[in-house]
Amino acid sequence: MKPLKALLVATLVGASALAVAVPLKTDPAKSSVSAVFKQMNVPVEAPFRSFTANIDYDAAKPAASKATVEINTASFDIGDPMYNKEVAKKDWFNSAQFPKASFVSTGIAPAGAGKLNVSGKLTMKGKTANVTFPLAVKAEGGKQVFEGQLPIKRLAFNIGEGEWKDTSMVADEVVIKFRVTAAP
Amino acid sequence: MRRYTMPAIVLHWLIAIAIIGTFTLGLVMTDIQGISMAKIRYTNWHKWAGVTVLALAALRLLWRLFNHPPQYADAMPAWQRGAAYGLHILLYVLMFAVPLSGYFFSLAAGYPVVYFSEIPLPVLIGPDPELRDVLRGVHYWLNMLLAGLVALHVLAAFKHLLVDRDGVMQRMLPIPTPKEKR
Repeated sequence: MKPLKALLVATLVGASALAVAVPLKTDPAKSSVSAVFKQMNVPVEAPFRSFTANIDYDAAKPAASKATVEINTASFDIGDPMYNKEVAKKDWFNSAQFPKASFVSTGIAPAGAGKLNVSGKLTMKGKTANVTFPLAVKAEGGKQVFEGQLPIKRLAFNIGEGEWKDTSMVADEVVIKFRVTAAP
Repeated sequence: MRRYTMPAIVLHWLIAIAIIGTFTLGLVMTDIQGISMAKIRYTNWHKWAGVTVLALAALRLLWRLFNHPPQYADAMPAWQRGAAYGLHILLYVLMFAVPLSGYFFSLAAGYPVVYFSEIPLPVLIGPDPELRDVLRGVHYWLNMLLAGLVALHVLAAFKHLLVDRDGVMQRMLPIPTPKEKR
């Protein structure tokens, strides 16, 4: 009996190792990326309707994980088609020239149970900055859910030019919130 | 003829000024295309003013529940008393319905109200695009109804002042007219 059990365990371990070697498949219906900005101190959370997220994650070897997120800046939905058109213009995202914002991880380190510290490069409107943020990972119905928040300063990426550089109207601090659900 | 009490007179005129100001701001801000500093500023002022109207209306309703308004002129026909009563009920309803429809419109659009940029007011509902579109229309038409009824209210007041000369309007004027003082 003992050799059989050992074989079984070996097979299972081998299978799971194989499974994690393949990048996870993102479930767009259960994933979201949004930004919370403050307008005259009014917090507004607005979603990016179109983005792709690619995550390689191995629970056994979290340090080997990789993540890439690409966001269509013109898909930022602040609640009204007329406003959305404005936000895609030159002063804000300039989506004609910079259609995509991206995040590419450079290092992922375990930080306790269900937690990772992610560092990477965030590129928006042609500007790239190194960012670090905590990421929570949990299993939910056979899928992995990655959730986190990344506070940024919009002016560091030239988002809001001209009169909009005045942060008394729209605050410099913006929090990018995301939740990515992915399955092997 | 008896006059309204001072709290009632003060509330009436404060609310009158606040409603006219809020209504005007609403027209101005919705006329601005796209997004501009002015539009954001006016929109927030409009919301603060609307919440102020709501609070003053609540105080006024309390006053009205515990006080009887002064008598009308004896010569006033029954149909006019009935019409005045109905119009006042509608004005009271709209003093609440107009700001509340605007408040929920703002919430449904995903924009909470932060009173004077300082006090976050309750977020009673989350963003809801369908409800937002409904409430936009509701808020607009309630305002148009209010504008029409206020015009009727003002016309009736001036009719009492200039045609009937029965002292009905003087009951609500902030300062007694010389004739009343004697």
